Amino acid sequence: MKTPWYEKTAKEIRDAVHQGEASALDIVNSFIEHADAVDGTVGAYTQRWSETARTAAQRIDEKIRKGLPAGALAGVPVALKESICTSEGKTTGASKMLADYRSPFDATAVTRLQQADAVFLGKVNMDEIGLGSSTETSALQRTTNPWAPDRVPGGSSGGSAAAVASGTCALALGTDTGSSIRQPASFCGCIGFKPTYGRISRLGIIGIASSLDHVGPLARTVEDTALALNVLCGEDKGDPTSSDRPVPDFTRSLGRDIRGLRIGVPKEYLASDLDAEVRQYVEKALDQFRNAGAEIVSISLPCTGYDAAAYTVISTAEMSAGLARLDGVRYGARHPEAKSVPDVYVMSKSAGLGTEVQRRIILGTYFLSGKNRQDYFVKAQQVRTVVKKDFQNAFEQCDIIAGATTATAAFPFGSKSDNPLEMYACDQFTVAANLASHPALSIPCGKTAAGLPIGLHLQARSYDEETLLGAAFYYEQHRGFEMGFPSIL
Amino acid sequence: MQYEAVIGMEVHVEINCHSKVFCSCPSAFDAAPNSQVCPGCLGMPGALPVLNRKMVDKSIAVGLALNCQIARSTRMDRKNYFYPDLARNYQISQDDQPLCYAGYIDVDVEGRKKRIRITRAHVEEDTARNSHTQAGGQSGIDFNRSGLSLLEIVTEPDIRSAQEAFAYLTSLKQLLQYLDVSDCNMEEGSLRAEANISVRPVGAEYYGTKTEVKNVASFSGTQKAIEYEVERQIEVLNSGGKVVQETRGWDADKGITVSQRLKESAHEYRYFPEPDIPPIVVDEAWIEQIRKELPEFPIARKERFQSQYGLSLYDAQVLTFSRAMADFYEAIVSAGADPKKAANWLMVELQALLSDTKLDISASPVSPASLAELLALIETGIINGKIAKEVLVEMFKSGAAPKKIVEEKGLGQISDSKALEETIRAIIEANPGQAADYRAGKEKLFDYFVGQVMKATRGKGNPQLVNEILRRELDS
Repeated sequence: MKTPWYEKTAKEIRDAVHQGEASALDIVNSFIEHADAVDGTVGAYTQRWSETARTAAQRIDEKIRKGLPAGALAGVPVALKESICTSEGKTTGASKMLADYRSPFDATAVTRLQQADAVFLGKVNMDEIGLGSSTETSALQRTTNPWAPDRVPGGSSGGSAAAVASGTCALALGTDTGSSIRQPASFCGCIGFKPTYGRISRLGIIGIASSLDHVGPLARTVEDTALALNVLCGEDKGDPTSSDRPVPDFTRSLGRDIRGLRIGVPKEYLASDLDAEVRQYVEKALDQFRNAGAEIVSISLPCTGYDAAAYTVISTAEMSAGLARLDGVRYGARHPEAKSVPDVYVMSKSAGLGTEVQRRIILGTYFLSGKNRQDYFVKAQQVRTVVKKDFQNAFEQCDIIAGATTATAAFPFGSKSDNPLEMYACDQFTVAANLASHPALSIPCGKTAAGLPIGLHLQARSYDEETLLGAAFYYEQHRGFEMGFPSIL
Repeated sequence: MQYEAVIGMEVHVEINCHSKVFCSCPSAFDAAPNSQVCPGCLGMPGALPVLNRKMVDKSIAVGLALNCQIARSTRMDRKNYFYPDLARNYQISQDDQPLCYAGYIDVDVEGRKKRIRITRAHVEEDTARNSHTQAGGQSGIDFNRSGLSLLEIVTEPDIRSAQEAFAYLTSLKQLLQYLDVSDCNMEEGSLRAEANISVRPVGAEYYGTKTEVKNVASFSGTQKAIEYEVERQIEVLNSGGKVVQETRGWDADKGITVSQRLKESAHEYRYFPEPDIPPIVVDEAWIEQIRKELPEFPIARKERFQSQYGLSLYDAQVLTFSRAMADFYEAIVSAGADPKKAANWLMVELQALLSDTKLDISASPVSPASLAELLALIETGIINGKIAKEVLVEMFKSGAAPKKIVEEKGLGQISDSKALEETIRAIIEANPGQAADYRAGKEKLFDYFVGQVMKATRGKGNPQLVNEILRRELDS
């Protein structure tokens, strides 16, 4: 039987559309029908934009028919995280507070995808406002891990990862403040890429912590990741923290020879409480790199452990301010019984924001208040400087830093919901890249005996996405297994 | 006991940058409510602030004018508090690294020079405007003001009297207007002044408990409010009481300050660096560029006016009070007018017309060039001073050129001796009695004949010629 379109890669789809071998409409319909069939089980989509998607696909077909140039992602079906502003549909951040919120503008990342002729199939679920590691804090719905219906998809970009893994989109957009692209990618068996801070504009992202927030793609192949990055990266005058560095053609770094590539393995990562199966597959991946001629070097990241503490302080402090605007005054759910200005704030926030969001706002407020600012926030900023320095030192000894994305594979629903500290520990290997700004990705490196995906976490120097993609592509081509699609679907 | 006042001023100035400080919305005053807004200044999710470079330029110019140090590397901070007029519930401001710091301004207090140190001048955004006069008892918020560029200028507690505070505000406003960075209109809120006031025994080293007086709509109101507040505090202390730290408002009708809000403890603003805006790095070249473009400041210009144009101290002071007036004056002179006559005509005649119509010099219907042209008409004897005043009134009304007015109304002087001779002879013939008396020695009657001639020529007779001919005809 012919492979259905929804199982094809973005590259295959784009090429077929460009060459007129397939109509974008047929492709989009294939994805829509597949989502009709399986998303009831997965629950990734919170909004389906099937009609506008079909219209967009028809416009692309029209372009091709007229011989006009079509974009680099022509006809590629894309899902957007609920926290990414779109003038189409709602932008809820999976929060009751923004349940009816419509953004007056598109995020820059959305505009760029649109200009590349990608087709948006809708929006996907996430932890409320991005605060969580399991998508369980969503006020909208439950999203399950496509590989195991009793397991979480990870978070906060859980919907994005679940949609990519279940084939209901070819690419998805997520955001990553500490782990939110890479951890769900690891849990769902797809690739999640967090570029260097400043590579992709944050304009139009419901921000959590501006100095840590990143936008990035989730995809099924490294090549698709590179294609998406080509479209998404680049300076945006609307985001002064975006970088004006030239953006290379990332697909050209695929197929690089990795002989002599130095892969650093921090001894602190291996010493941690890694699940045995996760450790086994990560070590297997390192062996594969070694056999291919890469040099595996043991390195040290003394900041390990302190990075997560600094991350908690800085991220919650920034979000306590960043989320203050969700107050029901100009938009958002104002409590109907509020009679005074303080009422509007207290009642609307209490009713509109979930426990985890409230917990982190209170934490962040605490870290910035009075003397605490010096003891926590300023100290955490100092630790952040140390983390950066640690990585600078490490990257003098190696080109890539490798380890597990998460200590365990996807966990069952409810197993960590009552223990925020355990939930925060999901970020332990990933937050450093947010603090230090360098690029990192998660790529599947195997499955547990129970069939749950395991993610390999690779990090590279700031602005050296090419080395990262080169290494990931080599590994993907030689890892000796196909991720495939979950059989339950 | 003898007390002295210790006063520090905080002035918020709206800097005109054409657009707002963190978005590209226009910043016009008086636009329809919420017509100059965007996702940025409304604090919508996903919006990001982009710092307007013009604001940094203009703030540095103010800093240089106030003899401040300019930070070579600084940043914006978030100042957190909840209020409906604050779109994001944090204000982007500057905490411990102001763009400009450690400066001073010398002000003139009734002929005495007083130096007031400037602690800092920092960049921040304005808030929206709450209005509680909506239909149905509702409150409204106008976000047009949200995100306007503000510079907050803070002095050391160097001010010792209400009079000094008034002199400070006047000098500061003059400087800001010279820099052309703000209209400094207190009524429209583009300049807002707050005074931190305390009193202490003369000679004491410590500071007394201070109160903050705000919401005053004019400089003279500020002076009165400070005078009142200083007296009030002294009375409280003299009667054995304690001054309470609080914010007080000025009730202009009753002429008193009124307690508004107790300050139980320092505000908790939870400042931290604004992560959405990269650090601001100011290099020497940037500062030098701005320094080069600074205008000549009032004191220097006043001195130059005295030496270059031979003006009195008073005239030079009046003419340099505002940059617009000084520019106007120099434009008249450079159009060829005599500097002293230009000064007189501008300060007396044109100023009177402007005052009557409540117009600022910048809105004068008479241009410097046409005023210079009018002075040239006097200089060349085409009209006399008296006629010139009438012409100026007409110029002010119609905006027409003086020459045209003189021609159209036939106001040119009669310098034709033949015509004047005829007129004069006719007058002498018609007044034989007076002529005889004059010739008999009643010299005062000469003025009577001048009057008659002027009446007959409707004031246009060239005075010198009239005198000459009249004397000749009467004495012959």
